[in-house]
Amino acid sequence: MSVSPLLLELTGVTKRFGGLTANDNVSMSVAPGEVVAMLGENGAGKSTLMKIIYGLVRPDEGTIRVAGEILDISSPRDAMAAGIGMVTQEFSLVETMTVTENVALSSVGFGRVNVRDVRRQVFAAMERVGVSIEPERLISTLSIGERQRVEIVKALFHDCRVLILDEPTAVLTPQDVGALFAAIARLRATGLGVLFVSHKLREVAEISDRVVVLRRGKLVGDRVTADIGPEALAGLMMGTSESNDSPTAATAVGLPVTDGPVAAAPVAAPHAAEPASQPVLVVSEVTLLRRGRAVLDRVSLTVHTGEIVGIAGISGNGQTDLMDVLAGTTLPDSGTIEVDGADLTRSDVATRLRAGLGRLTEDRRGGVIPQMSVEYNLVIEDLAFFTRRGLLDKAAIRTHAESMIERFDIRARPHDAMATLSGGNVQKVLLARALARGPRVLIVAQPTRGLDIGAYRYVHTQLQHLRSSGAGVLVISEDLDELHGLCDRIAVLFRGQVVGDLATSAATSERLGIMMTGEV
Amino acid sequence: MRLVLRDHEPRWVAPGAVAIAVLLTVALTAIPIRLAGANPPAAFQRYLVTPLTSTSGIYEVLLTATPLLFTGIAVALAFRVGYWNIGAEGQFLAGAIGTTAVGIGIPDLPAAVALPLGFVAGAVGGLVWATLPAWLKRHAGIDEVVTTLLLNPVALLLVQGLLNGPWRNSSSGFTDSDRLGHGYDLPALIPGTRVHWGFGVALVVVAITWVVLGSTATGVRIKAAGQAPQAASFSGIRVGMLRWRCALVSGAIAGLGGSAQVMGVQHQLTAGISNNYGYTGVIVAALAGLSAIGVLLVAGLLGDISVGAQNVSLVLQVPTQLGEIFGALLLVMVLSMMTWRTYRVRWRSTR
Amino acid sequence: MSLNLLALVTAMLTVATPLVWAGIGEVIVERTGILNLGIEGTMYAGAFVGFLTAYRTGSPWLGLIAAILSGVLAGLVMGFLTVTLGLNQHVSGLGLTLLLIAASEFTFRLLYAGERPILEHKFNVFFPDVQVLDQHWLTYVAFLVLAPLAWWTMQFTGVGNRLHAVGENFEASEVAGISVTRTRYAALMVGGALMAIGGAFLTLAVLGNFTLDIINGRGWVCIALVIFARWRIWPAVFGALIFAATDALQLQLAITSTFSSIPRELMLALPYLAVIAALAVWGRKVHYPSSYLKAYRRG
Repeated sequence: MSVSPLLLELTGVTKRFGGLTANDNVSMSVAPGEVVAMLGENGAGKSTLMKIIYGLVRPDEGTIRVAGEILDISSPRDAMAAGIGMVTQEFSLVETMTVTENVALSSVGFGRVNVRDVRRQVFAAMERVGVSIEPERLISTLSIGERQRVEIVKALFHDCRVLILDEPTAVLTPQDVGALFAAIARLRATGLGVLFVSHKLREVAEISDRVVVLRRGKLVGDRVTADIGPEALAGLMMGTSESNDSPTAATAVGLPVTDGPVAAAPVAAPHAAEPASQPVLVVSEVTLLRRGRAVLDRVSLTVHTGEIVGIAGISGNGQTDLMDVLAGTTLPDSGTIEVDGADLTRSDVATRLRAGLGRLTEDRRGGVIPQMSVEYNLVIEDLAFFTRRGLLDKAAIRTHAESMIERFDIRARPHDAMATLSGGNVQKVLLARALARGPRVLIVAQPTRGLDIGAYRYVHTQLQHLRSSGAGVLVISEDLDELHGLCDRIAVLFRGQVVGDLATSAATSERLGIMMTGEV
Repeated sequence: MRLVLRDHEPRWVAPGAVAIAVLLTVALTAIPIRLAGANPPAAFQRYLVTPLTSTSGIYEVLLTATPLLFTGIAVALAFRVGYWNIGAEGQFLAGAIGTTAVGIGIPDLPAAVALPLGFVAGAVGGLVWATLPAWLKRHAGIDEVVTTLLLNPVALLLVQGLLNGPWRNSSSGFTDSDRLGHGYDLPALIPGTRVHWGFGVALVVVAITWVVLGSTATGVRIKAAGQAPQAASFSGIRVGMLRWRCALVSGAIAGLGGSAQVMGVQHQLTAGISNNYGYTGVIVAALAGLSAIGVLLVAGLLGDISVGAQNVSLVLQVPTQLGEIFGALLLVMVLSMMTWRTYRVRWRSTR
Repeated sequence: MSLNLLALVTAMLTVATPLVWAGIGEVIVERTGILNLGIEGTMYAGAFVGFLTAYRTGSPWLGLIAAILSGVLAGLVMGFLTVTLGLNQHVSGLGLTLLLIAASEFTFRLLYAGERPILEHKFNVFFPDVQVLDQHWLTYVAFLVLAPLAWWTMQFTGVGNRLHAVGENFEASEVAGISVTRTRYAALMVGGALMAIGGAFLTLAVLGNFTLDIINGRGWVCIALVIFARWRIWPAVFGALIFAATDALQLQLAITSTFSSIPRELMLALPYLAVIAALAVWGRKVHYPSSYLKAYRRG
């Protein structure tokens, strides 16, 4: 009896970056019409493995077989020729080109481009996937959801036998996720194999036939989805000693956090603001225009002392702009921002820092100077404080760094360059820098994205300590579970407007999901 | 051939890289030496070693290195903060013009007043010349590479225009300026030699730069602004303002170089007052890794080669441009070899 | 003030020719996100190598071929430094320029110190008796063949798409199967060849000899033109003509009585100042190619 050949088969794939082993002897396969989910925490090696399959990265050891044949995939061109299509996390679209040009980019030769033929082919591909976007629109005008759909059409533009989706739902509304899954089901019915990379257990359970689990570069599980429950999967992802530990651990892997009794558990206890609290951050009718469009539209919110307020929303609805305006890197067109009654709307960054406004942006590597040492990054916002008679007091800087490293459990030495630190440690340095000044209000965006479970819990603990000490905290996050576990109140940002402001107990995922899509 | 990131850098790599770079440069420059009909080892001996073997040779090296110290520091400072000042040549000339203006305009001043005035005029000249590109960058976002570059030929034309016209030598009628007032003569730093106090001023500039970059808050901000401008501005550093100021200071330092050259060596303005010092300053800064101490060493090296080149040209009939070839080639080689510190080379893997 | 308009236009076309050749070369390179400051040195090397070969062999055609080869080689070196090694583009380009100029000057001094070698045979003009049309074939080709061909290629062919993609998004290009490395190398080699032709035009067609300041900053002017033209072909050609017009103009103005009192040097400086002014007016808020100055590193 002949068995239809596996579409994709990896054997013993290994990849090292300097001293870090990203993939360690990984073997797995995808059969025709099968949806295989690849699960793992951030940093487990999933993205690297995907890049190897797609030819963007070359493995140090191991083989890849497509339809039974061993292939040497040394570039995306090879992967495409072998029938592998990929939708990446950071969309690889050329902003200044049209949808058609982007979709057809992989088949562009050197000679004259037959515009009409190409347009026809693109239309056909869009229909196959069920996408309807004006093909002559420039990518720069599309929303994130639309861009992802263009990416999928692009991946399927040539004969594709295996489709790889790398964390596709990270930027989608719950409704969009449903549409995506419907598309995947349709494609799977035609015999296409799908490899679906995610760290969200719920989605994996919903869509996949089989699931493989990566942890720290190694393959630690390969099961049929129906045969294994979410807790066991979480255990495989995190290592059994850490599963079922606390709601924060569970939220890290997308396990559902039920409202009610769990919410009263000590570590993740939200509580109403103390009666004697006053507003520490008042944002009032802030509007920001970019190219005529209001990316922030009369945004108003208040954070009180001893309170953690969350801002939910799909990325691209003004979160980055809100952070820019609060941090002082962009000035709003109208509205006011006050900290402890002081008007900081037009103040520069240094003034805001002095007034007690601390911030942690989502682009954490963009908040540090990579070539500089840990100790200088820690003091760079407070250099005047470490200057004696015009010169830097290097001994004081060193001592300060050592104490911060101790206090915040940073795994690095003071003179190490920031570039050599892991994502979690960079976040700790940023946190240390922000907290060491004793801010009155701390604004953080996507604070735990990409962190391992230990760092995740650490950050949450620090934020809760800050709240207990009487400061206010504003958390901007796309992770609803994180917001549930941490905040006292949750507001939703949609198209630059605050469309809701609820106490956490009232802010169920369904209600938030509706607000996040604007259907209030 | 591919480059693969290293996980750690063995200690021998950096000096090894420089050594290989120097060897490759020497090997490659042996070709033009042979073409010129000279014997490479003998030529290299004359280039590199001979100038240093006699005290007069060493003094010549110091003298020749002086303008390079100024332009090297000027360029290094600008590049450090992320401002691509390729106009050091024009700023040098503008400094020379400034000094000449006071030197022949107010010729009868005693040295105690004339010398500082001459230097100030030179710094102002260089600063003024750096202002337009810096202003355009700060207020219109216009790339400073092009604007600073284009002002170099304009500066030279200005020099030539002044020398052909109002500053033409009143006694000889040649196209060089009148001699500056004697108060403007920089005294010798080392008595009996041509090494003038300009070298001393250069050393002071190097020292100040070293202290500022390495031990002050401003230095940290400058480095941050150059390495990661967005992160720096996020941390409250006013990157635009810092670049603007450093651009002007850079121009002023290059202007000081022109000033020192006029007051210390030629005592008048000539069309050839700058021997490509501005462009060579870029080589010096890059080879020095943008550090003050590095500039000191590299300026010395290039000064050594330049003096050697004169010697070789006289004795072995090898054109002086070989010195420039050596410098440019050394730059390219050292930069190339430096990538070896971060990456290992992997040839086509046999899979 | 009487201006000989026809003479002006004739001079303008000639002066613009090297700018058009080199400028289009730089547009092609910068489209892929590389700032090639080696342009000045490449033009210089093209001028010198072309001259040397033509002088030795007696044939300007062989000179042109040699110049093209030198341009391709210069492009290869720039590619090695900026694409393979990923070095800082400003310093690489300047280093290359300084090296090429020094090497050319060295060789010239070595071979012809004290002499003033002149080509016996250089390229002649077509229609020598008709004003405006008495241009060299390289000028005709520049405006009637090169520019339209370059424009058409950038707009309507796969080659243009590839250059555009590489200049905007490395990952998108690689994912689409377009090799960033190969595209950049190809752009540098083709661009280098065009730049070298621009330089060789001066020695092989216009002057028939070689002087040490033959290029005199025209390469830098091309850099400015490319930005001012927003990396498009026809605006770059237009900019070249404007610059050439001011250059030709100052020559004419200098000999008319009203302007003869203005120093010649100021006139000579006018074109450069005009470019800076143009940049100040039209060079703001320019959308640089997103890959500008970036090196591409693959895992």
